[in-house]
Amino acid sequence: MAEKILKSFTVKYWKQNGPKDKGHFEQKVMKDIPGDTSFLEMLDILNEQLIEEGKEPFVFDHDCREGICGMCSLYINGTPHGKTERGATTCQLYMRRFKEGDTITIEPWRSAGFPVIKDCMVDRTAFDKIIQAGGYTTVRTGAPQDANAILIPKQDADEAMDCASCIGCGACVAACKNGSAMLFVSSKVSQLALLPQGRPEAAKRAKAMVAKMDELGFGNCTNTRACEAVCPKCETIANIARLNREFIKAKLAD
Amino acid sequence: MAIKIDSKIPEGPVAEKWSNYKAHQRLVNPKNKLKLDVIVVGTGLAGASAAASLAEMGFNVLNFCIQDSPRRAHSIAAQGGINAAKNYQNDGDSVYRLFYDTVKGGDYRAREANVYRLAEVSNNIIDQCVAQGVPFAREYGGTLANRSFGGAQVSRTFYAKGQTGQQLLLGAYSALSAQVQAGKVKLYTRYEMEDVVIVNGKARGIIAKNLVTGKLERFSANAVVIATGGYGNAYFLSTNAMGCNCTAAVQCYRKGAYMANPSYVQIHPTCIPVHGDKQSKLTLMSESLRNDGRIWVPKKIEDAKALQAGTKEGWEIPEEDRDYYLERRYPAFGNLVPRDVASRAAKERCDKGYGVNNTGLAVFLDFSESINRLGLDAMKQRYGNLFDMYEEITDVYPGDLANEINGVKYYKPMMIYPAIHYTMGGVWVDYELQTSIPGLFAIGECNFSDHGANRLGASALMQGLADGYFVLPYTIQNYLADQSLWPRVSTDLPEFAETEKAVDAELTRLLNIKGKRSVDSIHKELGHIMWEYVGMGRTAEGLKTGIQKMKELQKEFDTNLFVPGTKEGLNVELDKAIHLRDFFTMGELVAHDALSRNESCGGHFREEYQTEEGEAKRDDANYFYVGCWEYQGADKDPELIKEPLEYEAIKVQTRNYKN
Repeated sequence: MAEKILKSFTVKYWKQNGPKDKGHFEQKVMKDIPGDTSFLEMLDILNEQLIEEGKEPFVFDHDCREGICGMCSLYINGTPHGKTERGATTCQLYMRRFKEGDTITIEPWRSAGFPVIKDCMVDRTAFDKIIQAGGYTTVRTGAPQDANAILIPKQDADEAMDCASCIGCGACVAACKNGSAMLFVSSKVSQLALLPQGRPEAAKRAKAMVAKMDELGFGNCTNTRACEAVCPKCETIANIARLNREFIKAKLAD
Repeated sequence: MAIKIDSKIPEGPVAEKWSNYKAHQRLVNPKNKLKLDVIVVGTGLAGASAAASLAEMGFNVLNFCIQDSPRRAHSIAAQGGINAAKNYQNDGDSVYRLFYDTVKGGDYRAREANVYRLAEVSNNIIDQCVAQGVPFAREYGGTLANRSFGGAQVSRTFYAKGQTGQQLLLGAYSALSAQVQAGKVKLYTRYEMEDVVIVNGKARGIIAKNLVTGKLERFSANAVVIATGGYGNAYFLSTNAMGCNCTAAVQCYRKGAYMANPSYVQIHPTCIPVHGDKQSKLTLMSESLRNDGRIWVPKKIEDAKALQAGTKEGWEIPEEDRDYYLERRYPAFGNLVPRDVASRAAKERCDKGYGVNNTGLAVFLDFSESINRLGLDAMKQRYGNLFDMYEEITDVYPGDLANEINGVKYYKPMMIYPAIHYTMGGVWVDYELQTSIPGLFAIGECNFSDHGANRLGASALMQGLADGYFVLPYTIQNYLADQSLWPRVSTDLPEFAETEKAVDAELTRLLNIKGKRSVDSIHKELGHIMWEYVGMGRTAEGLKTGIQKMKELQKEFDTNLFVPGTKEGLNVELDKAIHLRDFFTMGELVAHDALSRNESCGGHFREEYQTEEGEAKRDDANYFYVGCWEYQGADKDPELIKEPLEYEAIKVQTRNYKN
């Protein structure tokens, strides 16, 4: 397999010194990058060059680089995490997907719910606050019943697992014209609504999480499906439909 | 002057020790719990579960993490599963067998009492996680499913697709979130612990850096728990996340906590091979793949040469010309031998010239046989996300049909090679998980306690959650029982001021070197030294060279480092520089420990000490102990203190995975 090498392309990246700064783009020409280099490794190389020039590096969030921690969050050429056929996080995007002479534009998640900390690093603590509002089953550490005492049909368990795959990266919010966090919220609500362990608090959970989401300034869902198109874990808006049902059921019972 | 180490192992037969301990330990009454503060550093499986459990009990918890959210800790990346002795498969499993397998897997270098307790609480963990809504894989009848992992002949691993760590961490995170909501946990995200504060010989707080503002802040408590993970990133390339570091642990070591068995480093056999010098990390392919994947290299050296030259592909080599070397060498366990054994066997083949990629440093992991037997869909059910991930990284899909020879279908195999993955060594703790500094506790990968010289697959998640949910919340009370008699300490004490000043001086020193080299460029070089001299095959000569080279590179770090920016505000490079400073200390310590241990055991392989068949050769007469290292100062070599191991239940013997 002859490896593709990108001889030259331009990276246009967002610099912003804190939430109040207006921010601006800077750019740099990158040379001779092998196609097997990951997008973030390409940015490592860019940063090495900046440091060599005595400049401060371009700041972005990243950690596991295996597509699971949800830390990386770059808006690449107008798409959260960049374009791939099936969902992938920024760290799982490889340079072989780009062409010679490309200009790659990198921006932060842009949403009222996620203020910029620096450059492309944003503050996503709002997601933690939504989970804190009710994204759990109330159970103390101790001695619950034997795990096999709760029988869960395989289909339900598998479906709950798919919902639980959400990594909380926030791409859904970044992609949504309303800055809605519905896909994120509905994934957690769905996981727990599908499992018997989650049923006792289902109504309370749906109401509390939606209320918190509204309070934190996230917008509403208007079914454009932009979120599901960019979700690196392929969460679907069927979750949002389920959240709506759970929410309406809860409200009607009030 | 021999310091006596007290591991505080309770009296009684091994199976009764934990019950005895719990029956007689001191407790804290509910009113007094409200007066006690506990700092928990880290929000991985161990940290989050401990913080949540302590808060539920009534303690006030301050919980710190370096990421933007507790849910991002690197436990999240664990793929394969979590062990428990449920015996749901009726295949002869029991608490004793899990205990035995773990001790044997650890090459008889773990503490018996700790491991027994671990096996004992393993079942509670599964119950707890299911109650939280962790969506484990299930059978059609609705019961929980299991799979097999290395080092065991039973199926005791519970899993959630290839994302078990994620699901367990989200479970712990949800329990933690409930306690944040209840006001019992105060969460500090994007904070890094820079040092521990000792007041009157006891750990009474920490100095943490707010990574966004750059400010140093003081926090006081009645006890400090570190759950800050391992030191694998000392090798630069590892399966650890980019942010994983050992700064908190090393600072505790500098303050007097012993570091135990640092040479026990796990090299995981199934990682995607290194592809170039710009690579930032290595990606693990779960050990669970060894359930259905067969590991091989060509039998003929000319086939290997052709693979290396790129003139042949793996699927062009027929069955009879393949050397399934693990099945050949270890018929009883086959592809499911423990990680250290599998890694060394891969290295042995590659060293002999049988490597299968352009660097000669890779072996095949092949699913053809399982796909032919069970179908591609069954494989996708089990490993779908791993296959996708492999394709995303390498552009090769392991399920693609590539060839048919004599009616046998061959699918594209994965290529794998060993990489640094986990550190069994860590901060020394006694049975109560307390370090040699009173009031300072270490849990999860951060401590050394349960895995001996090698950790079995699916046991890291088990240990992290055991420590956090079921062990520490008990044992810490034995310490805290009389602490409520003392008032909270003020962060205005001179001990806090001095510690903060020292941290600040270090930040200034690193910024003022103003040399020419970036943190990463030096870190990469350190990684090369570690992998070359302190890696999979160690020799006395090589270790000495390694230590020498590290000392030289450390000089380069101290005189020629360049950190841009200032102390104020976010400064990623400055934080990385602090981490690197501590990787140097840890790296040297790994080498010292490896040099002092003149035997091979588990993850520590000294080439001078092997059997004729190339297996690790232990020396129980001289090295049946935990090697505890005490810090002596920046310019001095550390001192070794030995904690002798005592086995009563298990007969120590040579590990055998052959028959």
